[in-house]
Amino acid sequence: MTNFGGWAMPLQYTSIREEHLAVRQAAGLFDLSHMGELRIRGKNAQALVQAVVARDIAKLAPGRAQYTVLCNEQGGIIDDLLVYAEEDGYFLVVNASNQDGDDDWIHRHAGDTSVENIGRRTALIAVQGPLAVEIVQSLADRELGGVRYYAFVDGAVGGIACRISRTGYTGEDGFELFCGNDQALALWNMLLEHGRDRGLKPAGLGARDTLRLEAGMRLYGNDMDDRTTPFEAGLAWTVSLEKDFIGAAALRKAQQPSRLLAGAKMLDRAIPRHGYPVIHDGQPVGAVASGNISFTLGHGIAMVYAPPTLSSVGTRLAIEVRGTGAPAEVVALPFYKRSHPK
Amino acid sequence: MAAPLKFSKTHEWVREEGGGTVTVGISEYAQSQLGDVIYLELPSVGQKLESGARLGVIESVKAASDLYSPVAGEVVEVNQDLKEHPEYINDDPYGKGWVLKLKSVTANSSLLDQAMYEDFVKGQA
Repeated sequence: MTNFGGWAMPLQYTSIREEHLAVRQAAGLFDLSHMGELRIRGKNAQALVQAVVARDIAKLAPGRAQYTVLCNEQGGIIDDLLVYAEEDGYFLVVNASNQDGDDDWIHRHAGDTSVENIGRRTALIAVQGPLAVEIVQSLADRELGGVRYYAFVDGAVGGIACRISRTGYTGEDGFELFCGNDQALALWNMLLEHGRDRGLKPAGLGARDTLRLEAGMRLYGNDMDDRTTPFEAGLAWTVSLEKDFIGAAALRKAQQPSRLLAGAKMLDRAIPRHGYPVIHDGQPVGAVASGNISFTLGHGIAMVYAPPTLSSVGTRLAIEVRGTGAPAEVVALPFYKRSHPK
Repeated sequence: MAAPLKFSKTHEWVREEGGGTVTVGISEYAQSQLGDVIYLELPSVGQKLESGARLGVIESVKAASDLYSPVAGEVVEVNQDLKEHPEYINDDPYGKGWVLKLKSVTANSSLLDQAMYEDFVKGQA
């Protein structure tokens, strides 16, 4: 078990490698109940969400979700999140350690719109992997084949009322299931029982991190913070500068950043880690944001901050590992893309 | 029968092989704390190590950690299988996961026997 922002969570159940490969080859079961959930209701709910998130959610239809960021006035990222459109409001899924800060921030701009932090009574269990849909379907009260990627339905899994969301943080197909805390253990046990024969394994925070890194997904706190703009973090696609939102004015002037998040693969056996210097021509030019081994590819991979001139695919860099420059090459993100159909 | 293992407080083990040579590895407790081992940086044959000197680095998914030589001696062999199979450290830390062999070893009286080491580990938990 490890302390993750105040939540006691398993780093691994058996082995990070085994859990990682189970998710790539069959399916993994994740307890993500630490994640934060905010519910925004009222006639001005859309205006409030539009004012605080960077992406234009006006056309987000009920039943659909979008990834975007919350920014401060300077355009720095306060958090990254998923916005779910409901019939009568919005449901935001935010990082655990930021949930109270996000709640305060949104409240400050809320006027008479209702913002409710339901994170501490809401559990989240994710089933991810090529067999995940089949496993969840076997327990669901409705047909899930028609639920597209980044869409959701409210239904029941194993008789437990859930929000069934086709989203994830692993690069695989699958579902994230939101339910009440009091039902979470029963849901977990039922999924495990129904999935075990298909290769479903419980997966901890360690595998979650190695999986999301291969999928090129950013981790708040490692890859970005409140002094990082979405342009630096390679998240321009989550920003709609043609609308007004907090941070828009600053971001309109920040479209040509002096550093960019780039993918790098190690050319020898070295393992890059957060904070290691990135070197070019003997000079430090940046730092590793996230790095580890890729169990799928068999070598070290990293997301690094480097000047734009050094972040194009094919550029040779070195990453300083214990005083020695280990050779690396800029590659496109993500490092891993699933080949089986959605 | 193989000689009993002795342990350092930095979680390496030593087994006497006779003729002043020893085999060195890392303990079951250490491998369980490190989790999946993915890479080792080890010295070359011929290198002389002082007792307590850094002998290399072990990388697991979680972190990079230093390895220390539990005794003074000269490296005569490094476990080459670990290059392709670093997971041997996890699967079989006292067997296939041995790390290196040293010769011309100077005895180190501060090493712990198995029972003392297990007490030491319990005290750390």
